[in-house]
Amino acid sequence: MARREAARLLHRLGPLAVESPTRGMPHSQHESTNRIVNSCRRFHWIPSLQRPLCGPTTSGGIYEGQSSANKACEVQKRTFGSAATHIQRNPAYSELNSDDVSYFKSVLGENGVVQDEDRVMSCKCRLDGRLAVVPQGGNTGLVGGSVPVYDEVIVGLAGMDKIISFDNVNGILTSEAGCVLENLSKLVENEGFIMPLDLGAKGSCHIGGNISTNAGGLRFIRYGSLHGSVLGLEVVLADGTILDMLTTLRKDNTGYDLKHLFIGSEGSLGVVTKISVLTPAKLPSTNVAFLSCNDYKSCQKLLLAARRSLGEILSAFEFMDHHCIDLAMRHVEGVHNPLPASPYKFYVLIETTGSDESYDKTKLEAFLLRSMEDGLVADGVIAQDISQATNFWQIREGISEASVKVGAVYKYDLSIPVEKLYDIVEEMRCRLGDSAEVLGYGHLGDGNLHLNIVSSKYDDNTLGRIEPFVYEWTSAQRGSISAEHGLGLMKAEKIHYSKSPEAVQLMASIKKLLDPNSILNPYKVLPQSVL
Amino acid sequence: MKILVAVKRVVDYAVKVRVRPDRTGVETANIKMSMNPFCEIAVEEALRLREAGAAAEVVAATVGPAQSADTLRTALAMGADRAVHVLHDPDPARPFLPLAVAKILRAVALQEKPSLVILGKQAIDDDCNQTGQMLAGLLQWPQGTFASKVILDTEKQKATVEQEVDGGIETICLDLPAVITTDLRLNQPRYATLPNIMKAKSKVIKKIAPEDLGVDIRSDMEVIEVNEPPKRKAGVILSSVDELLDKLKNEARVL
Repeated sequence: MARREAARLLHRLGPLAVESPTRGMPHSQHESTNRIVNSCRRFHWIPSLQRPLCGPTTSGGIYEGQSSANKACEVQKRTFGSAATHIQRNPAYSELNSDDVSYFKSVLGENGVVQDEDRVMSCKCRLDGRLAVVPQGGNTGLVGGSVPVYDEVIVGLAGMDKIISFDNVNGILTSEAGCVLENLSKLVENEGFIMPLDLGAKGSCHIGGNISTNAGGLRFIRYGSLHGSVLGLEVVLADGTILDMLTTLRKDNTGYDLKHLFIGSEGSLGVVTKISVLTPAKLPSTNVAFLSCNDYKSCQKLLLAARRSLGEILSAFEFMDHHCIDLAMRHVEGVHNPLPASPYKFYVLIETTGSDESYDKTKLEAFLLRSMEDGLVADGVIAQDISQATNFWQIREGISEASVKVGAVYKYDLSIPVEKLYDIVEEMRCRLGDSAEVLGYGHLGDGNLHLNIVSSKYDDNTLGRIEPFVYEWTSAQRGSISAEHGLGLMKAEKIHYSKSPEAVQLMASIKKLLDPNSILNPYKVLPQSVL
Repeated sequence: MKILVAVKRVVDYAVKVRVRPDRTGVETANIKMSMNPFCEIAVEEALRLREAGAAAEVVAATVGPAQSADTLRTALAMGADRAVHVLHDPDPARPFLPLAVAKILRAVALQEKPSLVILGKQAIDDDCNQTGQMLAGLLQWPQGTFASKVILDTEKQKATVEQEVDGGIETICLDLPAVITTDLRLNQPRYATLPNIMKAKSKVIKKIAPEDLGVDIRSDMEVIEVNEPPKRKAGVILSSVDELLDKLKNEARVL
């Protein structure tokens, strides 16, 4: 029932979504790219801009015209920070009118259509309609991919949160796309399995969103990418076609594997409505160690040694510099520094997960003691119980939240060859001097750096010194300007830093094939020039 | 001066505990076990007293099966000097009660002759809160329980203990040797650092059987059945006052 409805909704839709401020608010708590100061202002703008558009209470919902468009651009530019190009609202999209709204209400029920949130349900086909749509899950994205730019309709999937089935022999979970990741985790953990991904935003993010953005997370080093874990999807295309690829088979080499197009497409090729994912077995013994190293080279050697000595039980390898630790100690509640005496430059968190507690612990201890003797590790602690382990993880997971509390934060998520990973941090420090604090941390095991630059307030000057240098530098190393966060709105025009023009052209062709009217998540992922 | 610290291996504080399907007890197979949090605080306090110069040696002791040695190693890794392991395999049908533990610890204390015995106030698996008090009674030593602060005066051989009681904080003065049980706010236990873990490998764990101590630990109690408490029903979110009135009248029958 739900998917047919989703399909019909898409037929009908065009530029609608009007997002009330509350929806956008969580954005700033979850590592948003917004500067804190401006993000508050932003959410005052949008309702005044867009409220008149929607609802039977208004005078027919006519778009306010050029002045508001300009304001929107200004707001959009400040909030998505990067030297975002001035994006005009594409006039080819139709505007929401009261007919549309009453149609939605007839399908979704009085409760289903709110200025706040629509539930994905049915909608009759209106072929001449070209209302643009933004699929939205938990709204925890970091590149503005789930937020409307102008007046797109938000298709919120929070209502599709049913768990369809769980095969507890093979560990295959089938659910609707609106399930919150933490809830799915709890469910499968009860059965003795775990979700193949874990991230800081797990309390709010939806699995459909995770899949649409090909989220990485903390378990990537052990369980790999979602391209490997997702077995099947059900996707609703732009023309309303329901593409049922919801298989639970491990192996199926019949034809082109289309689901991979949608995994990571950030809602621009289709709306993911159902998912089936392979969940690995929950292993009983987890050990976490928190270590300090003198320099970055030691961190790299430690990674190599960990892969060799810990091998199959290694499940996380995260690094952070001392600026991150200081920040976390100041701003994250309830944590204490496991290594207070040591003023070291770098810290590494290693987690192992295995089936035998004492065997794993012995292995980890032996590895760490050897590393200490070899000079790779200066000092370290091993968690003796789960509370201590949780404390270590809170430090690592809290860095991002802590950086938002300082004031303004500029976030970059880069994939760089491991040897050069920290060089960009030091270069940025040289470039910015005292005007901002540069933090470098991330999934060293995956070659993924989270570069956060914090200062007390947003400043064009600072931004100018960061961009486009950081992108150019990454491009020169043949790295990725967005390792796991995706392109969204923020980096759509920057795809050329990491992908060749031919590749981008082909992406545009695929987009035009699947979404000829370009109603799915417009202005995102691909640059306007190719579409 | 020597300090004896008694520690217990329990199901980890963060684990969601379940009852075994045969209802004979709590599921402990393949579950993370750790040192009781209050025992960690006890070890930490002993170490701090030693670092302040009030004591020369910290000895950790436990009563339990072979795996309890892990808990002793944790205590050694935190900084205890040596350990005593009284081997005892638990029988789920005949629980190992605080009185038996207290009798064993009394025997160990008479052997080791410490000036201070520090224990956690209670174990998080049985929440008995009895062992420390019983031990003090058996030894005929004074006790300072629920300690939130301990100050030792080695010259006068006295301990000043601030106890957390229902009405507030009670400060008492004990003559040594004495028994102290620790409460949550006493200190923040340290982590086991790698250099200390390395040192702990060469520290001694003495193994003893209860019979060697001359203690009879037969239990007078027998566990018949263990059950989970009845599940709470979820709350319901209502959409209107009328619905609320209807439910209050017809379901809850309070109107």
